[in-house]
Amino acid sequence: MSEEALFDLQGVAKKFVKGKEQITIFEDLNMQIAQGDFLAIMGPSGSGKTTLLNLLGGVDQPTSGEVSFEQKRIDKLSEGKLAEWRANNIGFIFQFYNLMPMLNAYRNVELPLLLTKLSGSERKKRVENALKLVGLADRAKHMPNEMSGGQQQRVAIARAVVSDPKLLLCDEPTGDLDRKTADEILETLQLLNTEFGKTIVMVTHDPSAAKYAKRTLHLDKGEFVTDPSANVA
Amino acid sequence: MSLISQSTAVIVMNVRSLPRRFWMSAAMVFASAVVVAILLAFLAMAKGFETTLQSAGSPDVAFFLRVSSGAELNSSMSNDQVNLLRNAPGIASDENGPLVSPELYVIVDGIKKSSQTKANIPLRGLGQQGIALRESFQLTQGRMFASGTNELIVGQSILNEFEGFELGSEIRSGKNSFTVVGIFTTGGNVFESELWADSRVIQNLYNRGSSYQSLRAKLTSPDNLEQIKAYIENDPRLNQDVQSEQSYFAEQGQGLSYMALFGRVISTIMALGALAGALNTMYTSVSDRSGEIATLRAIGFSHFSAFVGTMAEALVLAVIGGLVGSVAAFIFFDGLSAATLGGSFTQVVFQFELTTDLFIQGATLALIIGFLSGFFPAWRAARVPVIVAFQNGR
Repeated sequence: MSEEALFDLQGVAKKFVKGKEQITIFEDLNMQIAQGDFLAIMGPSGSGKTTLLNLLGGVDQPTSGEVSFEQKRIDKLSEGKLAEWRANNIGFIFQFYNLMPMLNAYRNVELPLLLTKLSGSERKKRVENALKLVGLADRAKHMPNEMSGGQQQRVAIARAVVSDPKLLLCDEPTGDLDRKTADEILETLQLLNTEFGKTIVMVTHDPSAAKYAKRTLHLDKGEFVTDPSANVA
Repeated sequence: MSLISQSTAVIVMNVRSLPRRFWMSAAMVFASAVVVAILLAFLAMAKGFETTLQSAGSPDVAFFLRVSSGAELNSSMSNDQVNLLRNAPGIASDENGPLVSPELYVIVDGIKKSSQTKANIPLRGLGQQGIALRESFQLTQGRMFASGTNELIVGQSILNEFEGFELGSEIRSGKNSFTVVGIFTTGGNVFESELWADSRVIQNLYNRGSSYQSLRAKLTSPDNLEQIKAYIENDPRLNQDVQSEQSYFAEQGQGLSYMALFGRVISTIMALGALAGALNTMYTSVSDRSGEIATLRAIGFSHFSAFVGTMAEALVLAVIGGLVGSVAAFIFFDGLSAATLGGSFTQVVFQFELTTDLFIQGATLALIIGFLSGFFPAWRAARVPVIVAFQNGR
């Protein structure tokens, strides 16, 4: 494992039992993600993209193998410890934004900060900066249903970065958007990677979206198949 | 991490999302309200009846009845026995002698204003000191009946609930007739459900000779009761039971304590029904919010906050229901006048009474409904793996 690796997956297997049948998603998956990387993961439906993202985000556990973040195993952490780890290190960006419909943009972005010990004024400063970063400073009081899909996704990005996590995990972040809006969102992600040093892992079906990443891994039936530049073990 | 701030945020979100589940939430509020209102109605009825009886009884008035008669209607005592009891130790006196009132208790018919049905009304013949033994007595209209005449005074509750007892009215009972010359109050207690006349007139009109049915005697101290009991036991001519007036009315009230018990049983059965509906509401709520719960859990919110948020929602709905039920019970039942059979087969008029402790019982029931209906859905909300909740949320 390289010195600067943020994530290290070693011999990861993931299997489900469905009825009497055992379904294997990964048999022996190995990969590393470096600090500052912008990685796109592509592949057909059922290839294991989202499962991989869930393993990286600590919302799912491997059947066997090791998942380490900054040289520390996270696959053995309890649910409570994982929640704490996610709060400190991960920002999620979802295909359907997953904003809280009853909260305005400001309150949505503030949510991760409620898990910190920051004061009210410090939280306010951070939320305003995050909304400014995604170009929605003037929409702070708007409810999600008063915004377009692109604006909602930008609010979701602001929420993901407001607590300054090391890693952003994006699940089809442009899957619900038109091309122009999708490009704006991807440019924002690229900015976060290049200017703010955020490590980004993005699952996508869209080759155009993958072009914004520094590198792309292709998954098929639980294995990385082609990508000569990939840093795959 | 602040458990309080994240739990508060989840509670606020859950409560704000209630309009999305308006009808289901309203059903839970309604169920809780009905259960609490019904409980309070029964308890207010029992409380009102109890207060009406118990507030009439004084601890320093001794009440004599024939042994084992249980109630005035079944009792009798001769004039000789009354004279012996008059001289019992521990009885207070004034310038007119011992403060005692030998009394008669007969039944006359009355027509209820509410149902136009006949009901028994007690007509009490009072001794000369009878009024002095009832400290809450107050004449509100007219005057006292004159000794030796067919005059009577009417309790305020009888005037309110029965036809034909207004001041100046003629009242017929069998071959006898009386004139209403006064209206009295005794602060809402059971005496207000009576008609009062001169005991000697009642003896004469109802062929009672010189006998009476009960005797009241003012004690110099409530502790003198044991002394009087010993006096009765040592004199073979006396066959009376004695107890304080307060204790007598408390016993009479126990006969109708089933009202409170019945209310609690009915409310418990209804609460179980309400609980089933409330559980359905809360499980639907968790299902409806599973995507949001999952998102919050992914962001880093704890199990605990998901649990607390759902519990709070259930408690808020149940407590709103409890408040609605309490307000409804207060509006419709507090002070409501009703009449029922008392211990002597006569009507006792009483008012439903909602007191603070009854409201606390109603609120407690609402909280129990909220807690039980919220606990299991909240447990589910907290335990669903984040990934499964994500899938549900899509």
